[in-house]
Amino acid sequence: MIVDLVFQLLQMTLVIAVAPLLTGLVRATKARLLRRRGPPLIQAYRDLVRLARKEAVVADTASWLFRFVPYLVFAATWVAAALVPTFATGLLFSWSADLIAIVALLGGARFFLALAGLDVGTSFGGLGSSREALFGALAEPAMIVIVFTLALVAGSTQLSTVAAHMVQAHVGLRVSLGMALVALIIVAVAENGRVPVDNPATHLELTMVHEAMILEYSGRHLAVIELAAMLKLVLYISLIACVFAPWGLAIADASVADRLFGAVAYLIKLAVAGVALGVFETSIAKMRIFRVPDFVGAALMLGFLGALLLFVSRTLK
Amino acid sequence: MSAVATLLSGDAALLALAVAVAPLARKPQGGPIAYAGALAISSALLIVALVELLKPPAGEALALPLGLPWIGARFRIDALSAAFLVIVNLGGVAASLYGLGGYRGEQSPQRVLPFFPAFLAGMNLVLIADDAYAFLLSWEFMSIVSWALVMAHHREAANARAGYVYIVMASFGTLALLLAFALLAGPAGGYAFDVIRAGSPAPGVASLVFALALIGAGSKAGVVPLHVWLPLAHPAAPSHVSALMSGVMTKVAVYGFIRIVFDLAGPAAWWWSVPVLAVGAGSALIGVLYALMQHDLKRLLAYHTVENIGIIFIGLGLALAFKPFGMASAAALAMTAALLHAFNHSLFKSLLFMGSGAVLGATGERDMDHLGGLIHPMPKTALAFLVGCVAISALPPFNGFVSEWLTFQAILLSPDLPSWILKIMAPAVGALLALSAALAAACFAKAFGITFLGRPRTSSASQARETGRLILAAMALFAALCLVVGVVPGLFIDALAPAVSGAIGARMPGQSTIAWLSIAPIAESRSSYNGLLVFLFIVVSASLAASVIHRFASDALRRAPAWDCGFPDPIPATQYSAESFAQPIRRVFGAVAFETDERVDMPAPGDLRPARLDVTLRDRIWDRLYAPLIRGVEEVSLRLNRLQFLTIRQYLSVVFGALVMLLVVLAIWP
Amino acid sequence: MKGLEFDVAHLLAGGLVLISFVLLYQNRLYALLNVYALQSVVLSLSVAWQAYVQDASHLYATAFIALAFKAIIVPYALHRIIAELGIHRDVENVVGVGPTMLVGLALVALAEVVMLRIATDADVLAREDLAFALSVVLIGMLMMVVRRNAVSMVVGFMSLENGLILAATAAKGMPLVVEIAVAFSVLVALVVIGVFLYRISERFETVDALALDRFRGEQK
Repeated sequence: MIVDLVFQLLQMTLVIAVAPLLTGLVRATKARLLRRRGPPLIQAYRDLVRLARKEAVVADTASWLFRFVPYLVFAATWVAAALVPTFATGLLFSWSADLIAIVALLGGARFFLALAGLDVGTSFGGLGSSREALFGALAEPAMIVIVFTLALVAGSTQLSTVAAHMVQAHVGLRVSLGMALVALIIVAVAENGRVPVDNPATHLELTMVHEAMILEYSGRHLAVIELAAMLKLVLYISLIACVFAPWGLAIADASVADRLFGAVAYLIKLAVAGVALGVFETSIAKMRIFRVPDFVGAALMLGFLGALLLFVSRTLK
Repeated sequence: MSAVATLLSGDAALLALAVAVAPLARKPQGGPIAYAGALAISSALLIVALVELLKPPAGEALALPLGLPWIGARFRIDALSAAFLVIVNLGGVAASLYGLGGYRGEQSPQRVLPFFPAFLAGMNLVLIADDAYAFLLSWEFMSIVSWALVMAHHREAANARAGYVYIVMASFGTLALLLAFALLAGPAGGYAFDVIRAGSPAPGVASLVFALALIGAGSKAGVVPLHVWLPLAHPAAPSHVSALMSGVMTKVAVYGFIRIVFDLAGPAAWWWSVPVLAVGAGSALIGVLYALMQHDLKRLLAYHTVENIGIIFIGLGLALAFKPFGMASAAALAMTAALLHAFNHSLFKSLLFMGSGAVLGATGERDMDHLGGLIHPMPKTALAFLVGCVAISALPPFNGFVSEWLTFQAILLSPDLPSWILKIMAPAVGALLALSAALAAACFAKAFGITFLGRPRTSSASQARETGRLILAAMALFAALCLVVGVVPGLFIDALAPAVSGAIGARMPGQSTIAWLSIAPIAESRSSYNGLLVFLFIVVSASLAASVIHRFASDALRRAPAWDCGFPDPIPATQYSAESFAQPIRRVFGAVAFETDERVDMPAPGDLRPARLDVTLRDRIWDRLYAPLIRGVEEVSLRLNRLQFLTIRQYLSVVFGALVMLLVVLAIWP
Repeated sequence: MKGLEFDVAHLLAGGLVLISFVLLYQNRLYALLNVYALQSVVLSLSVAWQAYVQDASHLYATAFIALAFKAIIVPYALHRIIAELGIHRDVENVVGVGPTMLVGLALVALAEVVMLRIATDADVLAREDLAFALSVVLIGMLMMVVRRNAVSMVVGFMSLENGLILAATAAKGMPLVVEIAVAFSVLVALVVIGVFLYRISERFETVDALALDRFRGEQK
């Protein structure tokens, strides 16, 4: 019991510790590809600490919600990230929320961030919130149909069970899973505000979605929100890794050595994903805002097709 | 005294209160008497209903010598009635509390006060009726009394039209139910429910009864395409009555549907689930899309009720799909999801309507584009409204998420259904449900954000004041209940189990015994959810993060004007309005759903007049379905109007001819 | 004695139907009233015979009431009204007399068929009487439909009432209360119609229905 609790807490700290490193890796990759030296890998940590130490400047018209939201968003994202298996499945609290709950937690974080954007009463905040509402309205159902596909393959919506199923059972290459993978990558890109949906490095109003919502934040509030955004990226990459690339994942009741091996495997997967994301972002251009619904709608369609195929093929089993 | 007798005497007391208050309505003590009386009686009835729900059902009937001489009126409580009685009386308690706090603001009390207790009585009577006559009488009584409440402020033309559409649709619904009960009673005329249950109708008759029940009860619940009265009537009534109509009366309609289709019409055919699922998914999506386009707060809430009723009907449709194929546990899960969502919706929709009533009372405005920044003068109202918004957007750890989660789990059990149509419909319904849930979150981010956040857009918004304590107490009660149901859902699922087994014949596995108060609808290994742990985790991590940062980093704070990228605008009109927030969604979904037409009128350079943006939305259902129907009826009545202008002799000839024809028919009839 | 009872009742009821046909044929107002009085006399005789046959003494009272009210008082009152208003005209029919009589015969046949259909297991005497009563009712309605004069419409209405009373007495066991109610309704109808006729006459100096129609502003 105590050992399980320790491992659960280890996972929770691991995701926080690793998140800024991953973001740093992505930025470094993009810089190198653009023939720049780029910031060092630990720059993200330094940024967070620097921001946290600064005085927070809050607008006159902001309410208590404005100061509350960063911690709420961070808490929701952290809880969701703590439930995704990183180096081992079947951790102590993994049964308390399944994939649908994880999607809903992220939806909650988005809801509150949208409220924060509207709180100060500027048009930039409204811009970001309304666009985020649209993207969320399309990305969340896409996630749910992907969850359907995974649940039908693995027989449960519990993420640990899904991951364990993927590791142990010989699932093979199934069309539905391929569709689910492509859809999940699209959704991950959209939800994390990466090119081609949103440019995390810009502050131009034409291209802002996430940045527009958090425009008024400064100091420690901004630090917490940035950390939450980094955590979200880790969450999605961990999700893709544990379902579609589960090699090295330690299943429940494995030994400490297995879990350590799982941790190393996980870090390798993160690194690979970070570099891949950097390459992907540098290779394509950002879309117009009203092309994004088509993009995310494609994910919804793919996920739905995958689920439909599984629904219909049940009789053939 | 048996539970039925207690409930009947409670209803009689409410009716007596209604009659007693009528002459007192204009006096200052009329309001407190009416609402305090209603509060006391509703609380008593709530306790009785809870006791009936939780203990094993006794189900004895009480026959009263009222009504038609050879039928009488029978009343009975079983588990299903008890579950809905809890919903009705809980709503009654909250609305009475709200009324007690807000009765001074009512301009025409004589039109509201006598009808309020009568409305509660009518709804209670529908739920305990045990024969068709008592059921229909109470149903019509409920409709007419709520119509009177809708017409309370009839001087405004919009309200008069709303009342008219409402009474037409309500009568149409009652007609459908009348036909359904007539078919069930058969030529023998056995109107009592246990007589109907004992006989089993022919499959064709049963299907016709199902269709009529769907039309009749569905129109009262507000399913698409019979929903057109709901967004007109619900906003027209006073706020606590809107809360009752949206949160509670629609559930009485759901009860009517469940009673007829699951209980009285005999064994269900599997294909009945197809129209119910279609109607449910359609209502969910169309309701939320319409809600997103509204800028009147109450109308937004009314359209959103359509979406939630759609979700309930999706659950009922799944139960109808699973039951005929013998998948009893899956049917129980779907039915539990539907009933729990009915309960949850009554909680958060009433809460939201009370909040909008508080806003209306404080500012005199219902239009979101005239509000804004209300979180500063009305912090407690804002907090309660926020809880309602979060709950209705199905976000953990509140109650909306639990019922949606259960519905998704039920959908995931549907690949085992042997029918092809259902296999294809189930994932489509799931996708539509997810889409409407996400759109609902967007809708309520808009509703809360534009109304309460930002800067005040008009002077009435900046001069608002916090609402009274009783209204706040009513809202706080429901907000707390939303959290409690979300955090310990297992208890409520077990409480609903007798109602589910009454309707389906099976129930979900007991949830209260699962470790850590989780819920596991099918088996623990399959999927589980623990609201309490999620809630605790969020609270702990948020406080941990806040305290760590405040301790080790910095807790300095400074107030300054907004940054706004260096170009702050002092005019509050430049911030986003309700239409602006919905614009991206309108661009994507509008062309198909509403035939949106956006026209921009730009002045030439040098011209000083302002530019103009016109956005037109057309209600496609009204254009395609109702407008031709109305035109047809008008045509026919114009033709038939000639019957008004006959001579005396022609009238006599008409009567004579009718008599002769009937006698001929009598002579020829085999 | 069964045969004799049946024959006499049959005779009286049939007589009533015959008189209804005469009413239908009649086109002079005073004659109309006289024939109506005769019909009421025959009705009272029929009711009295039923009282004798059924051994129900209260029906004698009904017969007396029918005789007094309908055979004497009502025709006399109507005579006075007509005299005061100065209506001596002939009554005009909408349809010619021939077709009207044919329709009357068809109605009698219809009444017979209907009664045979629905009262299959009733007493033969009662059934025949009911059939004749229904015929009288229908012919009374026919009179109201094909006449143009408001007074003759009133007479048709009262002949209809006669048919109802015949039906009431043919069915055994109907209490007196109903008969008094029927009598009162006739009286009230008379009073109302009388007032109505006075009013019409005052305003328009005619009770011809066609002329009344002209004043409604519609031309038919």
